Amino acid sequence: MSLRDWFAKKKQKARLNADGVNRKLTDDELCSIWVQCYSCNATLPRKAMEHNQQVCMECEYHFRIGASDRIQQLFCQEDDTFIELNANLGPADPLTFTDTQPYRKRQVGARSKSDLNEAVVTGIAKLHRMQEPNDDAADTPPTIDEAESFALGIMDFDYLGGSMGSVVGEKLTCLAECALKYDLPLVIFSSSGGARMQEGTLSLMQMVKTGTVLARLHDAGLLYISVLTEPTFGGVTASFGTLGDVILAEKGARIGFAGRRVIEQTIRQKLPNDFQTAGYLMKYGQVDRVVHRHNLRHELLELIRLHRISSGKTPKAVSQGQLLDFEVNPSPFLLTPDAEPVPV
Amino acid sequence: MVTLSTPPSKSDITEPVEASQEVTPLPFEQPLVNLQDKIDELASAGDDLSVDMNAELTRLRKQAADVKEKLYSDITPANRLQIARHPQRPNFLELVRAISPNTWIELHGDRGGSDDRAIIGGIGEIDGRPVMLVGTQKGRGMKENLHHNFGMANPEGYRKALRLFQHAEKFNMPIITMIDTPGAYPGMDGEEKGIGQAIAFNIREMARLKVPVISVVLGEASSGGALGIGVANKIYMLEHALYTVISPEGCASILWRSAEHAARAADALKITADDLMAFGIADGKITEPFGGAHHQPKVLANRLQIALKEGLSDLASASGEELVEQRYQKYRHIGAYELVDAE
Repeated sequence: MSLRDWFAKKKQKARLNADGVNRKLTDDELCSIWVQCYSCNATLPRKAMEHNQQVCMECEYHFRIGASDRIQQLFCQEDDTFIELNANLGPADPLTFTDTQPYRKRQVGARSKSDLNEAVVTGIAKLHRMQEPNDDAADTPPTIDEAESFALGIMDFDYLGGSMGSVVGEKLTCLAECALKYDLPLVIFSSSGGARMQEGTLSLMQMVKTGTVLARLHDAGLLYISVLTEPTFGGVTASFGTLGDVILAEKGARIGFAGRRVIEQTIRQKLPNDFQTAGYLMKYGQVDRVVHRHNLRHELLELIRLHRISSGKTPKAVSQGQLLDFEVNPSPFLLTPDAEPVPV
Repeated sequence: MVTLSTPPSKSDITEPVEASQEVTPLPFEQPLVNLQDKIDELASAGDDLSVDMNAELTRLRKQAADVKEKLYSDITPANRLQIARHPQRPNFLELVRAISPNTWIELHGDRGGSDDRAIIGGIGEIDGRPVMLVGTQKGRGMKENLHHNFGMANPEGYRKALRLFQHAEKFNMPIITMIDTPGAYPGMDGEEKGIGQAIAFNIREMARLKVPVISVVLGEASSGGALGIGVANKIYMLEHALYTVISPEGCASILWRSAEHAARAADALKITADDLMAFGIADGKITEPFGGAHHQPKVLANRLQIALKEGLSDLASASGEELVEQRYQKYRHIGAYELVDAE
């Protein structure tokens, strides 16, 4: 899917029915105009919230956002590009898992809720540095030096709680392998409840799969920035989420390994209100920086620039055709319940 | 030449693996227990009344044997879970003592101010070859279990394990890890000290180790807590051991909204040794004595030792780079997915 499609879809969703102007609006329609802040209960105009990157104008509460909003916010300069990888990789049902409803049915629900085939979007990004508003050179177009290319993964909580199953593991591993080949820095935005139960131990092993490819990235001296966003828990925290050379946490995000309720039940005491929030984790030395959403793009670009200059690792040029090498060809790896397991 | 060989410290082991003791039956074995009670009752009644009960006794004994046979041939994952958590199941230190009877030098501490007792590590010897043995330790009885925190490690435990792995790499010692844990400890302290980061870091660094790593699942291996010492060239599972993304109870309480459905979850999650071999995760299954390892710990320890010797000799000729590559490829190919139609 191209960047243009992302925007088109988003717009279509937001478009209001013009007939509704002269009659009393239904609740649904009201909700399409106004949103209420979860934190301070302020009623906020949806359009303005979109403009403010889904950050409450009253209390600075950062609303949880999905992959498409994130992409829209990051790729705000005209020449910014994003080439998506493995967009059509979707989940199988290796355990033929059924709880209160079949996993296949949950996949369908998740797909319509999130507009995605899986809980992560990956691709190669090129972002251009913002021009300073008061800069004299503001009208001159940005030069190549003012852009940064990097491999980008964005998780989406709306797809089954951003849970990591085989596809999330595979897409991120392919992304990291692509970064390795073309000397690209890697940036992953996490937002996940943890490993996906419906794929059992196969999900658990994705933690190792992503961890081992990051070992290679580490050995190759490439930069990996992990951005932890609301919420990041379980298997993601205990694998690629906390393996960043630099770990950024979005303001107010809840981040942890075990869930708050599980901990409270285990230790039988009340936890502090700010427990497992971004600020709390920074206080305990677990993240490098807590970043306001409005500054995130700028900080990422600065970090990438500084590490690029000092390490001397400049991304190699990569064409869209070359990226096809990192599109998964599922035949050698595909496991179906009837198929013989792949020998390792 | 001085041979360094210290037996495990008293505080860590109270029961040697050889000691055969009365085996506590499991809930799913109840039909068998009832039959056995009936047999005992009849036998003593027959003695008291001097009545010949032989015919009836023979019939009942045959029935008991049939019931036993059936119980274990139809064994469910939930039954295996009971066996895997049996209070008398051989634990890490007991097995260490059995497979490396003359050598065990425990190495303590993470060098950061702590010595987590849920993860134990030290140097042993298998077949004359020094090996680094690291495992999660469940205790025998309440006092020991409290000492070892029921095998639930804190970040300090994973950091200690990593120190020992890197020590082993420096001196070219193969690493054997044994996993029996309900998961990492879900505490406030652990979150503040970065339990997630500690596990993640171990995963990444274990992937880079240039010595052979063999991981054995002894009982239950649950969640990230198992992976923190579980990235290996070969993964073996005891016959009744289970390897799962979340405890069946935890899964049931989330997906079925009640822990009562744990048996269904255990079934649905496909967590047995055979399942994991089919998924290409486990590389071997070590058969347990009939009824579970706790019936004949010594027999089990012998089989484990044989499996480890074989595994170590398989990996002995590989170079460090080959080992790292083999580990990478092993995990690289785990997963299941499909192509969906573009919209």
